Amino acid sequence: MNNIENNYHHNIDHRKVIQDAIVRQSYKRKIVNRVFTGVTIVCVMLAMIPLGSILFEVVKNGISAISIEFLTQPQGSIIRGGGGVGPAIQGTLLTVGYASLIGVPIGILAGVYLSEYAGNSKFAYTVRFFNSVMTGMPSIVIGIVGYIILVITIGSFNITAGAVALSIIMIPIVVAVTEETLKLVPNSIREAAHSLGIPKWKVTLFITLRSAKNGVLTGIVLAVSRVAGETAPLIMTILGTSLFFQGFVSPVDALPLRIWRFASQPYEHAHSFGWGAALVLIIMVLSLSILLRFLVLEKSFRLGSLVKTRG
Amino acid sequence: MIGAAGYTLFMLVLVAASVIEGSMPIFSFEGIGFFFGTDWNPVEGREAYGALPYVVGTLVSSAIAMAIGVPISLGIAVFISEISPPRFGTPIGFIIEILAAIPSIIYGLWALFVFRFWIVDFIERPLYEAFGGTIPLFARTPFGLDIFTAGIVLAIMIIPIISSISREILKAIPNSQREAAYSLGATRWETVWKVLFPYAKAGLLGAAILGLGRAVGETMLVTMVIGNAVGANAIPDTLFSPSQTLSSIIANEFNEAVTVFHSSALIALGAVLFILTMGINVGARLLVSRMVKVTPGAKE
Repeated sequence: MNNIENNYHHNIDHRKVIQDAIVRQSYKRKIVNRVFTGVTIVCVMLAMIPLGSILFEVVKNGISAISIEFLTQPQGSIIRGGGGVGPAIQGTLLTVGYASLIGVPIGILAGVYLSEYAGNSKFAYTVRFFNSVMTGMPSIVIGIVGYIILVITIGSFNITAGAVALSIIMIPIVVAVTEETLKLVPNSIREAAHSLGIPKWKVTLFITLRSAKNGVLTGIVLAVSRVAGETAPLIMTILGTSLFFQGFVSPVDALPLRIWRFASQPYEHAHSFGWGAALVLIIMVLSLSILLRFLVLEKSFRLGSLVKTRG
Repeated sequence: MIGAAGYTLFMLVLVAASVIEGSMPIFSFEGIGFFFGTDWNPVEGREAYGALPYVVGTLVSSAIAMAIGVPISLGIAVFISEISPPRFGTPIGFIIEILAAIPSIIYGLWALFVFRFWIVDFIERPLYEAFGGTIPLFARTPFGLDIFTAGIVLAIMIIPIISSISREILKAIPNSQREAAYSLGATRWETVWKVLFPYAKAGLLGAAILGLGRAVGETMLVTMVIGNAVGANAIPDTLFSPSQTLSSIIANEFNEAVTVFHSSALIALGAVLFILTMGINVGARLLVSRMVKVTPGAKE
């Protein structure tokens, strides 16, 4: 008897039970949604903490080391300290400049070829694919190339080996960015030039490349800022030294290498110099990135206006 | 111009040829056993070289980095592309890109002198005190120069690359997908989890694998915090054990290698690393390009 009554009640409340369930369910879904939004915000904050801390520590610990002597003099006594990182700054500028001389022309030519001449040929596809694979190649493996090809044959650690290794890191970046930017140039511009009877090489050089100038520059700046901080390939190519540039067949110094050596020494003043060198390096690299940002902003603006005049 | 394009292909051949050429002596000395050996002794006359501990160290530290880095990166990508209005999303994206521009040697310096003490104080020691007696994974007094620290700092390093590629992939998903989900009454979480993630599965996986490639090949940062154990000691028995990766031992010992076999063994470790990252990168590129090929037509 009792049992039947229960069932009866149960049937009566059926609709309400479902409604309650729906309300509960949608309440639960809303909570889950809130939690999820909160979690993504926490993720963003977690990523901000290291950046804030790195910039803060580098500036705080590095600023006290910076002086005219620090920026221009070679390193003093290892035990007592003194001197500076002059050779390292000079070495970084020389090695990166040398690498750019090798890497930038090759990278731009290859990028222009892929975008303007190669079309969708099998060769172009292969180059594109392995080019993107090369962007993920560990830099220490690339350092081995410099060591085997140029250090062993020349018989001494030298700046050319370092520059060749760094250029192998730069080229894939320059190729990819150049190709992508050239593809953004509207075809109507090329067609207009061709219809005037201008030969293809002139169209490419004076019209297509010129209208994509900022994009190509972006690729160069990106590549330079990437290799300026590279350390691993330099260990096996330019080695590092406490002397200024001695010629093309002797070791040179570089800021990232110097930071590493300072950090591995047990002396307080060496650590302080390490932070100072890190501050110099970070200023070099970040100012390049900010320059890059402006180039990109201007590029999208200009390309936008190009597209607008088109249609 | 074809020459320049050909040169970009030639670079890959150059890398492959160099590492093979350089590692020949050690393979004639150790044979195939080089891959499975655990000894590492560069003293002349008693030389023995084995790659196994460093392969293990590389895989474990990268696995830790992925376990921490991938969820955070996806969270950031979702926040920027799905949740925040562009006026917050754009600057956040910019800040994350700055994180990507900082050289890894500076991450290493920061990790060595600052971050490692945070990890010891806030994560490792509490874990050790709570579980050190019961769970073998935590049973070692933590000093901060260990595989766990290396994994976390690697995670910080790969977050920018994974999150920026994932963001691009999420943005490439046609809006009709989102509109369909919302019109069925799905919440934002349900839209992201049940519609967008499955749709972009291949691309997101590719982004994660690209990050993995970065973690596996990263050198300086790992060298500075992993503790640099050598030989069988480099196989970590707990999370808080010092270890060594393929790239970090090359960086540590390359300039001290005086015998032919020692430097050749280091270059052979480079060859192993080359094969590992080639496999990872080719796989990732194939996944990403499959996803991105769909996008130009589908984008609205």
